[in-house]
Amino acid sequence: MTIEITQVRDAAPAASVRRTAVAASPVGIVADIGNVFARELMPVLRNPASVLFAMVQPLVFLALFAPLLPETPTGSALQWFVPGIVSMTALMSASFTGANLSEEIVSGSFERLLVSPVRRSALLIGKSLREMVPLVLQTLVIVLAVAPFAFDVHVVGIVGGIVVLVPFSVGLGALSLALAVAAKDQAWVFWTVQQTAIFPLLLLAGVLLPLDGAPGWLQTAADLNPLRYIVDAERALFAGDYPMDTIAAGLAGSVIVGVLGLWIGVRAMNRAS
Amino acid sequence: MRNHEKKPVIRTVGLTRHYTRNKQTIEAGRGLDLEIAPGELVAFLGPNGAGKSTTLRMLTTLIAPTAGTAEVAGYDVTRDRAAVRRSIGYVGQGNAAGHQYRGRDELFSQARAHGLSRRDARSRTDELLDAFDLTEHADRPVSRLSGGQRRRLDVAIGLVQEPAILFLDEPSTGLDPQNRVNLQEQVRRLNAKLGTTIVLTTHYLEEADALAGRVIVIDHGRTIADDTAAALKSSLGDLVSLEFGSAAHAMAGAAGADRIPGAHVTVTDTVVSVRAPFGRDAAPGLVADLAAAGTPVTRLEVVGPTLDDVFLNLTGRSLRESNETASAVDAADIAGDQNEGAAA
Repeated sequence: MTIEITQVRDAAPAASVRRTAVAASPVGIVADIGNVFARELMPVLRNPASVLFAMVQPLVFLALFAPLLPETPTGSALQWFVPGIVSMTALMSASFTGANLSEEIVSGSFERLLVSPVRRSALLIGKSLREMVPLVLQTLVIVLAVAPFAFDVHVVGIVGGIVVLVPFSVGLGALSLALAVAAKDQAWVFWTVQQTAIFPLLLLAGVLLPLDGAPGWLQTAADLNPLRYIVDAERALFAGDYPMDTIAAGLAGSVIVGVLGLWIGVRAMNRAS
Repeated sequence: MRNHEKKPVIRTVGLTRHYTRNKQTIEAGRGLDLEIAPGELVAFLGPNGAGKSTTLRMLTTLIAPTAGTAEVAGYDVTRDRAAVRRSIGYVGQGNAAGHQYRGRDELFSQARAHGLSRRDARSRTDELLDAFDLTEHADRPVSRLSGGQRRRLDVAIGLVQEPAILFLDEPSTGLDPQNRVNLQEQVRRLNAKLGTTIVLTTHYLEEADALAGRVIVIDHGRTIADDTAAALKSSLGDLVSLEFGSAAHAMAGAAGADRIPGAHVTVTDTVVSVRAPFGRDAAPGLVADLAAAGTPVTRLEVVGPTLDDVFLNLTGRSLRESNETASAVDAADIAGDQNEGAAA
């Protein structure tokens, strides 16, 4: 007979035994926003192809819709249509951004961010600022794609057009994030509201068809749509015209969406649990 | 072990959380009074929907108490949320790392969020990846990691700033037994080597039993027991079964067994059942005495009490059954809780 004697072994060294002295220190709000923004860019940096894939959509739209446009007496139909498509792309892209947050809410990583020392306002602003990146990239891809055709490239106008769209994109991104926070893990709520909201905005901005011949009630509804003024400003800028009142109206519409979006977004984020 | 000399790192007074579902008020926490000393390893044990997670979510600032107060690391969880968040590590029920991200990037971003410099954040990331055996998976998308790897990453993210207090909400749910044991080992070492105060919730009895120095049994939003697992069980006592050659011997055996302090003796034919605190310690002497007295024991069985016995004794219900019947309620519970959170 053999008797086996077992001894309690001392456990291997503990996980996370200190080697680096962990010097956690208070983080300012600007650094907080920077950290959130940097994290948001990670999936794009690690997988740039994902961005290119997202850009196929506006190009398909241009390829299939632009040939249907009637010739206009005042100039190229493409020149009129492209700024609208740029605005539409900004609308689509920013309004989708909450879907990423929905995914983070369901998987749990959003909860970790809520318990972390990152300010809630920084969480919202950093995520919203991310919208600038697809806005710039997508606009450049669209312009490059149409440049060989009946489209005049006015660099100053295009840069101005992007500047006008930035507050709109950021504000709409913030609204989309607020919607995702409110919908919690019920992703269908997010999609229902998002889909219901974007098409009236799009059609009442005269992106696909001019609003000139619209009946009175439709005109009134369009007058209340900030995107309408943005699209008018984009058309002027892309054409190399710089009528100050149109541009100012577009910028004002964009800034209103930006400020309102961030305000609502921060409020929603402060209440998130 | 409980240590009342040190100032508590967690203290709650009358901590209460109500939420409304279908116009009914649900009490997920009812006046919880709690003190946890530095370095304790505490398990909240209870069936699904008992209020464990709600309590943890209040302590980690995710939801605000309806009434009562709680201090974590010396800071009030409603008035000084930012300070609480800097002081704690949190491992939630979901995954801490975003599924589109890479583990290394998520660790780095969490370290930066805690104010580590770029250089420190990088070396801390490497260190944690190494400690949790994740280095070779660090540059793959989190969505492609196994459940066990993801859970290790969650814990690593919770430890980035070396928190004095770590909260884990159902850390081993969904893990296979081997990964569960590994995780428990990590948690135990962290508590032993770094003195990290650890509070976790579980509805696994085995886990609370194996892991925690102190078990707080929660049922219907209330603490119904609070002691070490060993003390909870020994208060109930071991079940000692003695079998004899004849019913007469059994009667003599029962008389002998009755002299064990606190014994509750039942006789069925030739079998004597004794429920007694420290029954396992008394059994050898009893068997020897009975043999010397000419009424030898022919068969002996000693069964230690489980925490399930404790739960049954406290509530009249088995924890396992409660988990099964509560799971439907629990789903509604969570939905109600979250609706409330959105409306709050």
